[in-house]
Amino acid sequence: MEGTALELLELGAVFFGLGLLGRLAGRIGLSPIPLYLIGGLAFGTGGIIPLGGIEDFTTLAGEVGVVLLLLLLGLEYSAAELVTGLKRSWTAGLLDIVLNAAPGVAVALVLGWGPVGALVLGGVTYISSSGIVAKVLSDLGRLGNRETPVVLSILVFEDLVMAVYLPILTAVLIGVSLIGGITAVGVSVAVLAVVLLVALRYGRYVSALVDSPDREVFLLKVLGLALLVAGFAQAMQVSAAVGAFLLGIAISGSTAENATRLLEPLRDLFAAVFFVVFGLNTDPATIPPMLGWAVVLAVSTTATKIATGWWAARRQGIGPLGRARAGAALVARGEFSIVIAGLAVSYAAVDDRLAALATTYVLLMAVIGPVAARVVEPLARRVVVPARTAAVPTAGT
Amino acid sequence: MNVEVTPLPGIGVRKDFALRGGRRVGVVTHRDGKIELIISKSDDPDACLAELPLTTDEAGALANLLGAPQLVAQLTDEQRELPGLHTRQIPVGPPFDGRTLGDTALRTRTGVSVVAVMRAGQVHPSPTPDFTLTAGDLMVTVGTTEGLDNAVAILKKG
Repeated sequence: MEGTALELLELGAVFFGLGLLGRLAGRIGLSPIPLYLIGGLAFGTGGIIPLGGIEDFTTLAGEVGVVLLLLLLGLEYSAAELVTGLKRSWTAGLLDIVLNAAPGVAVALVLGWGPVGALVLGGVTYISSSGIVAKVLSDLGRLGNRETPVVLSILVFEDLVMAVYLPILTAVLIGVSLIGGITAVGVSVAVLAVVLLVALRYGRYVSALVDSPDREVFLLKVLGLALLVAGFAQAMQVSAAVGAFLLGIAISGSTAENATRLLEPLRDLFAAVFFVVFGLNTDPATIPPMLGWAVVLAVSTTATKIATGWWAARRQGIGPLGRARAGAALVARGEFSIVIAGLAVSYAAVDDRLAALATTYVLLMAVIGPVAARVVEPLARRVVVPARTAAVPTAGT
Repeated sequence: MNVEVTPLPGIGVRKDFALRGGRRVGVVTHRDGKIELIISKSDDPDACLAELPLTTDEAGALANLLGAPQLVAQLTDEQRELPGLHTRQIPVGPPFDGRTLGDTALRTRTGVSVVAVMRAGQVHPSPTPDFTLTAGDLMVTVGTTEGLDNAVAILKKG
């Protein structure tokens, strides 16, 4: 068969297969991310059928997927929301970093992956999946709940941390010196500050630059600018994803809403490819030895996220049931854990087993997260409410 | 009324207030304009009993249902300064079912003004003489006590 014909067939089969998996995920009310990962594992390196000839396209498409994931994340927030979110949640945000990165760091050190592995795995276990969390909150009808702003502001904080963390990680992965690392941090913090300032004051100019009443022109301008900024950031060794995230923040108002609407299907397509590529490059044979550690991480970081949410909600005067709900809502990990692990794998600076561990961990957490959010209320009611109803009559009389 | 406005980053805005009983009621407005009515649980004030998505039309109808008494209260309030002028809601009787507002000749016969017609929770403000009435409509009228009494009689019997 001709090269192009075979590639089209393979690509078509991949997309169609992903579509079926996505539908299955929708049916059982789960995030499609774990299914995409499993789909990727089934093929490629060590899988049932190795796919040939489409790596060039899928690798680039996966990169575009990461850029779009972060661009849309940036589009979701206005600069003002980020600033207030940062002010309101920085103590909870810091606790979140310490508690949730610690298990990852510890396991990486125990497995002998060194400080670089620790930095990567800490990031993987730290970051909640804002996509899964937001979807679960809206599916469960909790947007109006009082603990929800607490959860959302922690997510905002995490996403900002990503903007600082990713450039540091990139610098460390390419093995720059201490001075180089500090410079990278300095540059990224300075760039972040400038972008926030520009977005707060002059966001409308950036928006006006990309805005157009014509859908096609608008799409081309937004996507073009995103890839330009991402490529430029990559060249500056600040990580393409962060460039896209910052561009997303700078675009505001109705332009941001239109851009979100237009880019959402594109993001879903390319991000799906990204998860598949990550799965393709992971040898399924490496997973069983990592399963035990993945379970250890899953159990410990489920507990630490619940503790984080509990503490943050209590500070805002939320009752015990709300605290439990806030904690469980944060449990899900997903796209960004894979983005971090993918970055580490692409620079080949970490142990191969890290990709296997990260995949297994995300597979577990993307399922545990939504389930935890669902079952927390009935569970907490059993524990909390009997205690309270026992206390009420005494208080009443 | 102390309406609390809480930003929900990435989602929209929550606007709610506490009722006398301690429960909260309000709306979540999404970025894309979607509206949800929220009502808190009685045993757990942090959580919501219901989160009902409403279309723009549904939200408008609900607002009118809730707003009708307020409209009359507001009119009464505004005319308190003007002695001898009153506001009243008068039901439209069967004689005028399917006929127009002009057919009642209410202003000529009683001197009463029709400020609005309320039908099925919807407020139709400043109706014109060709506005078609339906039995059961409520007319929001302004006039003297005597005029309003006459208007009640006319709308009932024709």
